Amino acid sequence: MSRHHLDARRLLCPMPVIRTQDRIATLAVGDILEVHATDPGAINDIGAWCRINGHKVLQAQNDDGEILMILEVGQS
Amino acid sequence: MTTPRKALALISGGLDSLLAARVIQEQGIHVEGVNFFTGFCVEGHTHAIRKKDQAKPKRNNALWVAEQLGIKLHIVDIVEEYKDVVLNPTHGYGANLNPCLDCKIFMVHKAQEWIDKHGFDFIITGEVIGQRPMSQRKDTMPVVADQSGAGDRLLRPLCAQNLPQTMPEREGWVDRERLYGFSGRSRKPQMALAKQYGFEDYATPAGGCCFLTDENYSHKLGDLWQARGERRYELDDIMLLKVGRHLRPRPYFKMIISREEGEARFLEGYRKQFRHMRTVSHIGPMALIDASRFDQEDAQIAASLLARFSQGRDAPSVEVEYIDELGVAHGFTVPPMSPAQIPKEWYL
Repeated sequence: MSRHHLDARRLLCPMPVIRTQDRIATLAVGDILEVHATDPGAINDIGAWCRINGHKVLQAQNDDGEILMILEVGQS
Repeated sequence: MTTPRKALALISGGLDSLLAARVIQEQGIHVEGVNFFTGFCVEGHTHAIRKKDQAKPKRNNALWVAEQLGIKLHIVDIVEEYKDVVLNPTHGYGANLNPCLDCKIFMVHKAQEWIDKHGFDFIITGEVIGQRPMSQRKDTMPVVADQSGAGDRLLRPLCAQNLPQTMPEREGWVDRERLYGFSGRSRKPQMALAKQYGFEDYATPAGGCCFLTDENYSHKLGDLWQARGERRYELDDIMLLKVGRHLRPRPYFKMIISREEGEARFLEGYRKQFRHMRTVSHIGPMALIDASRFDQEDAQIAASLLARFSQGRDAPSVEVEYIDELGVAHGFTVPPMSPAQIPKEWYL
């Protein structure tokens, strides 16, 4: 298991979702991906994308517009 | 036991694609969805940018539809490739700069590439004959199938009974009798089917989110091309057309003036790419200046125009800070323009 970071700040949805999707495609099951974003829609959209594609959202927080999501790659 | 056949559904996030996918799922087909991001489907961006809109619940309709269906959704960035569709549509534009028929052909073509790569059997769309004036007509349906390269691997479950048999029907993967023969602009058959499936909450029926169908947006895009002397755009250009007031005081410069705090913050992200201005003596907007040239006289005009949209609009003078293309700050003290001094033609 390894930890990875994705900077999706200043991107508007669905670009943070697309970047997350493309990065996860390169990772192994159990890997952790930290996504940093600024579009407030990213929490909903990345969360929904993870649910339908079999990945887990471990943490999702919006700290005054700075969004952090911690994802665990699942079997997809 | 045979392996279930696999279909890729084009998911826009609207009702038709939701129903089309469900109709095929009901026949035991494994369905996954694809949603293409062109840059022009920016319905959610206003929410993301404008502060007052951020409290409103926001969802990506394509992802929401996929969740309702319980299918995977692949979101594909086609921004770069899509430029050729917008700039050189073989079948021309609709009422505005919307190349709907070329767009549909292109998306089905991309879906065809995807199914070839991933071993899927056919493609489904939510198209209905007569639903759209340009791309969903009886005479254009075969054009989409032929020119996309999908041919009879393209199935439209909602109007299939009005069209020739396709491969999935012919091969017995799908029962034609359990498909539909919808046609025309009425939404009642779709709403009845949605009710039958228990879908109560769905995006506006037939609602597209493509800004190329919007007259005002198309006008601003046309202005951009005219000012540049060539038809080209980048993703940032088409995003900025969604934000703020756009005014063109001179053929060689345009101002993008924020209307509220969220927009100001968004425009600030472009400070390094553009000349820009802010009012200093009074609370006011942020403005980017998109210019091929820009001298002191132009800066005075721009500052005075910007002051008009600040809280100093009725003051005798307003201080404005202008940052030029080299990042050097200049100060101006200008009288705000009165509404009568701003020609209507400046507004894009």
